[in-house]
Amino acid sequence: MTDPVHKLRIRGLRKTYGSVVALVGADLEMRAGEFVTLLGPSGSGKTTLLLIIAGLVQPDAGEVWIDGTLSTYLPAYRRDIGMVFQNYALFPHMTLYENIAFPLRMRRVAESRIREEVRRVLTIVRLPGVEDRLPSQLSGGQQQRIALARCLVFEPPIILMDEPLGALDRKLRQQLQLEIRDLHQRLGITVLYVTHDQEEALAMSDRICLMDEGEIEQIGTPGDLYFRPRTVFAADFLGESNLIDAVVTSRTDRTVDLEGPDGVPITATVAQAIQPGQKVKVLVRPENLRVLAAGEAADNCLRARLRDTILLGQVTKYYARLPDGTDVSVAQLTRPGQRRLEPGDEVCLGFDRASAVGLPLPESATRG
Amino acid sequence: MAARLAMSGRRPEWLGLWPLAPIVLFLGAVFVYPVGQLLWLSVVDGHGHLTAFHYARLFTSGTYVKVLGITFEIASWTTLIAVGAGYPLAYLLATVANRARNHLMLWVLMPFWTSFLVRTFAWLVLLGRKGAINDWLLAIGVTDAPVPLIYNRAGVLIGMSHALMPIAVMTMLAVMRSIDRSLSGAASTLGARGGQSFWRIYFPLSMPGVAAGALLVFVLSCGFFITPALLGSGRELLIAQVIITQIEELMNWSFAGAVSVLLLGATLAVVFVYNQLFGRSAFNLPQAAPSVERPRSGWVGRLGALVAVRLVAVMGWICDRVGEALDWIRPIRADRPRATMSRGVLWVVGSLTLVYLAAPSFFVIPVSVSEASYIQWPPVGFTLANYQLFLTNPVYVAAMMRSLVVGLCSAALAMLLGVPAAFALTRRPVPGKSVVLAIILAPLIVPHIIIAIALFFLYARVGLVGTTLGLVLGHTCISVPFVVVTVMAVLTNYDERLDQAAGNLGANPWRTLRHVTVPLILPGLVAAFLFAFVTSLDELSIALFISGGTRPTLPKQMWVDSMLRVSPMVTAVSTVVLLFVTSIILIAEFTRRRLERAPVTTVDRR
Repeated sequence: MTDPVHKLRIRGLRKTYGSVVALVGADLEMRAGEFVTLLGPSGSGKTTLLLIIAGLVQPDAGEVWIDGTLSTYLPAYRRDIGMVFQNYALFPHMTLYENIAFPLRMRRVAESRIREEVRRVLTIVRLPGVEDRLPSQLSGGQQQRIALARCLVFEPPIILMDEPLGALDRKLRQQLQLEIRDLHQRLGITVLYVTHDQEEALAMSDRICLMDEGEIEQIGTPGDLYFRPRTVFAADFLGESNLIDAVVTSRTDRTVDLEGPDGVPITATVAQAIQPGQKVKVLVRPENLRVLAAGEAADNCLRARLRDTILLGQVTKYYARLPDGTDVSVAQLTRPGQRRLEPGDEVCLGFDRASAVGLPLPESATRG
Repeated sequence: MAARLAMSGRRPEWLGLWPLAPIVLFLGAVFVYPVGQLLWLSVVDGHGHLTAFHYARLFTSGTYVKVLGITFEIASWTTLIAVGAGYPLAYLLATVANRARNHLMLWVLMPFWTSFLVRTFAWLVLLGRKGAINDWLLAIGVTDAPVPLIYNRAGVLIGMSHALMPIAVMTMLAVMRSIDRSLSGAASTLGARGGQSFWRIYFPLSMPGVAAGALLVFVLSCGFFITPALLGSGRELLIAQVIITQIEELMNWSFAGAVSVLLLGATLAVVFVYNQLFGRSAFNLPQAAPSVERPRSGWVGRLGALVAVRLVAVMGWICDRVGEALDWIRPIRADRPRATMSRGVLWVVGSLTLVYLAAPSFFVIPVSVSEASYIQWPPVGFTLANYQLFLTNPVYVAAMMRSLVVGLCSAALAMLLGVPAAFALTRRPVPGKSVVLAIILAPLIVPHIIIAIALFFLYARVGLVGTTLGLVLGHTCISVPFVVVTVMAVLTNYDERLDQAAGNLGANPWRTLRHVTVPLILPGLVAAFLFAFVTSLDELSIALFISGGTRPTLPKQMWVDSMLRVSPMVTAVSTVVLLFVTSIILIAEFTRRRLERAPVTTVDRR
């Protein structure tokens, strides 16, 4: 059952710690050269999944295939997987040369080759000539690059990264995001990346695997997750969202007719099976809502009372409340000579059918 | 500079260092001055002229050089056993979950706090000709006649390594716990088997702890005299015993001073080599963090580093090959979970070491209620006669009360001197901090026997020999470093922003201390106090000399009696001491856990 296309295949991985279920049954596939991010709040199981793939934690059930080889219970040292740790995990008592040479020494590579390879990867991460220094003599960002170099040097089929930029300040983080993305594209490496930072996930990934409470909620491109979330959790976790209560009246193919707050009719797109009479949330991103001028029309129109207007620079935000008490926000590009709106004004918020997504309520929400 | 200070109207900074003054003055008076005096005595003759006479005698007679040789030999073996056998236990303790560690630690702490003397008597019960081990060996037919287990070198080594292993374990554990756990994970993802990862990563990083533990054990061993005197054959004569003889029997101060210089010089040489190898003063133990991050200097250091690198590479390689051979016998399967054998082995080894540490003391209990008129195993019948003898003996009862009073007073004094000093050392920029720390911690390094005779000489002139005050001062001198170290360790982990927050919320410094700082560091303060108390309770060297003939402490009384004949009554005394100290530890541990769970201390300090 070799599988040349997939660098990684995961089937039904399950892990419990005592009575705590860390992973419920995860399935995931990664193609060669892909950059996939595990995204989720802390405790969602993303690090557990990563550690199982690395071989540092044994799963209770399920399978892990790495580069076409069954590896579920192989010890970490037999997997050829590169891993970058959150705190870099550079060996503090070894020079950077010894750190980077370590995986090659473990593979009994000849010393002359090691010297060449270390120089090569140091050039790749743009830190040539630091061989004799100790990790503590480098800045956080530089240590991060060395940790990456230590993985690159033995050319593993997959590199795992566990919140590698978590300890860095914002500016450096953004710079390293670009650098890692650039390395990924230049070297064609396959990367599985863990973060709880949604912007980081959106900026870097080919695909995002969104996790919550030990389960994979949705896997897709950043665009998929942003524009076509499949669950309320996905809609809420990624980006800003307005979630409006509604009830299904009828459905035709991919569009549904709904009844919103105060009986307002709404039409939206929908991907899942949905029955008339079912309660749903309608997702509309703030930038897809607009304050309608008098006489202006849209697919959908919600009446709301304006609560506040904030000029943020290129974007102006309006905060308004629907008749049923739901707060919504609207983001519009700032234009000169814009109509001035005052708190308390009655406004009409319009949005297109295509930009509204109907999301069935999760069972747990109806239960709880 | 002075003018500028005066103009700005600020207090000069050195005024903020007043908390250090009492402890420095105290140690100057009862430690630095008397020890210096003793060393001076060794180089002058009766008329105050410089002379090398005593040293010439020391090195020409041959006897003393031989004794020094034996001392170093026994100290080396003790160090090797205590550190070697303690390492797996420390490693286990460093790598188990916190809950399990708390439970296991108790079994290390218990022997650590239990009196050296009690533990030595316990070995008499276990290893004697009619002891428990020979009883079992005979019963299962391994041997026909009792095996000589004590009154020889083996007995001395068993007793000494048992006495000192808890210190080795705790020193190593402190460093091991500071090692980042993700490093082992990183090593294995980079392709290192368990053995390689241990030898190349964990072991070198744990070396500062190993070295510090070895240093402490070695230095303490050099000053030992209880165990060799009670468990040795007489040929295991250590240098501390020579010093005692010189003073007690010959009253030869100058020569005792010369022997002390020899012992002290040897001790300092060991500390020096340690510094060369590990690039950090042994005095900095409280801030013990792996020092390996600093490049080594000096040829000793470079040579050591070279040898170390080769050693770990070879060990790693051997483990690799063994692992591969095992894999060949039992191939790794990717489709089923593997049981990790090494962890099981570690648990077995660690548990056995814990039993070795904790169990022996308790053997004095059954023997103490035995009807036999000498120490033997198994106990015969049941009687409280030994306890009756003990509690109706006015000398023993007075000694016990004196030990309690001295212990409480010296612990209180050590807290008064040590706690302010610890605050100043952790929170204020102290000029010449390393010198101040060196003075405060020096009583840990200088063998207690040297401090004892130095104080004896001083007290003899000021009339403090045989007084409770003299004992309290002497015991405070050796317990105050422990107080400073313990409180400094707690304060280093204490988030000072909490105090700033309290001040910001309107609390004055006194109320901040009372309502915020002290409740948070209370477990540390309690531990420091108990540490000082038990140190004094157990102390023999100083008590031996300065309690005088008529007013002994309990350990001294036990010691004096045992020198004549080890009577079964000491097992009763030992049982009382053992149960008393054990209950103190249990109460302290219980209090610590309660305090850590109590609402006032649930603030996240990380």
